[in-house]
Amino acid sequence: MAFTLYALIQTAILLTNAVAVLHEERFLSKIGWGADQGIGGFGDEPGIKAQLLNLIRSVRTVMRVPLIAVNSVCIVLLLLFG
Amino acid sequence: MPQMYICVILPKCISEPKMRMRNPSADISGPSPLFEDTSTGSPPGGHRGQDKGPVNYPGQSLLSDPMSNLAMAYGSSLATQGKEMMDKNLDRFIPISKLKYYFAVDTLYVGKKLGLLVFPYMHQNWEVSYQQDTPVAPRFDINAPDLYIPVMGFITYVLVAGLALGTQNRFTPEILGMQASSALVWLIIEVLATLLSLYLVTVNTDLTTIDLVAFSGYKYVGMIMGVLSGLLFGRTGYYLSLLWCCLSIFVFMIRTLRLKILSEAAAEGVLVRGAKNQLRMYLTMAIAAAQPVFMYWLTFHLVR
Repeated sequence: MAFTLYALIQTAILLTNAVAVLHEERFLSKIGWGADQGIGGFGDEPGIKAQLLNLIRSVRTVMRVPLIAVNSVCIVLLLLFG
Repeated sequence: MPQMYICVILPKCISEPKMRMRNPSADISGPSPLFEDTSTGSPPGGHRGQDKGPVNYPGQSLLSDPMSNLAMAYGSSLATQGKEMMDKNLDRFIPISKLKYYFAVDTLYVGKKLGLLVFPYMHQNWEVSYQQDTPVAPRFDINAPDLYIPVMGFITYVLVAGLALGTQNRFTPEILGMQASSALVWLIIEVLATLLSLYLVTVNTDLTTIDLVAFSGYKYVGMIMGVLSGLLFGRTGYYLSLLWCCLSIFVFMIRTLRLKILSEAAAEGVLVRGAKNQLRMYLTMAIAAAQPVFMYWLTFHLVR
């Protein structure tokens, strides 16, 4: 229960890594969560599934490169300070 | 002016590490004073400098010397330059002007709001009043969210947690920091989860992030009341007052969020069918139900 802010940062890094690791054609398209399968009609509003797919796609696009840097920093910190 | 708010919070952070460092040196054998007298240290000088600005330095006899005059003018111009630069840079990350709106409160508002948090059942009109498209300051409208009560509630919660642990002889100065960071982490997690679910349900609302922080911070009032009555009356007092405060916060959150998240027709009580409104109602109830859960989770280890 005793959380520190660093634990929150680690949680965020791990979650973002998990989303970034999902492969587009090997996994997401197979379960129907591909990038082109989310855009339903141009009706009222996108449903929850479309929003979720949009979110996954944007996280993967935006966070790919920064995650390399953040993961390297995290690894170095873990190596140095355990 | 914004520095005043930051400077009120900063000295608390600065003086806490000092207390923590001095405590191990003070021996625990007997009722010796736990904290040394820090009134002659730097914080009073820091406070004085921050209160009166860079102009009114002590030792007015130095003013007669032209060299020190020059030095003081240079120093004050440096200080204003630094302040402007800090303002400009800080405004990029933390919207200071928007934050000022949330602290525009007065005693009457705080009293009425605290009463509303504990007893929201008689209040009729929950709408936030607007004044030409901008929401009215909290001073004039009791339904407007503010950040004063959450911030003060958070600090009071950390202090009351220290008090409760002290009565059980489980107190060390480090746990104050641990309690504060734990509660802060849970607050951040809750606000992020709420933001995520609001994004997924595509709600067109004017709820800003700071509004969500304010609403999530209102539960500290109930937590403090629960822990205090647990200290005074034991476990039964704790459970009774926690139950009461949980119920009040639940009703308060539902009535406040209903107007912001649901569509107009549904908010007036007319049962509007449709998956969209039902989803939004579920979302409101989930956000409101998370409050009692957090209230219990953050306080049950404090009352034995």
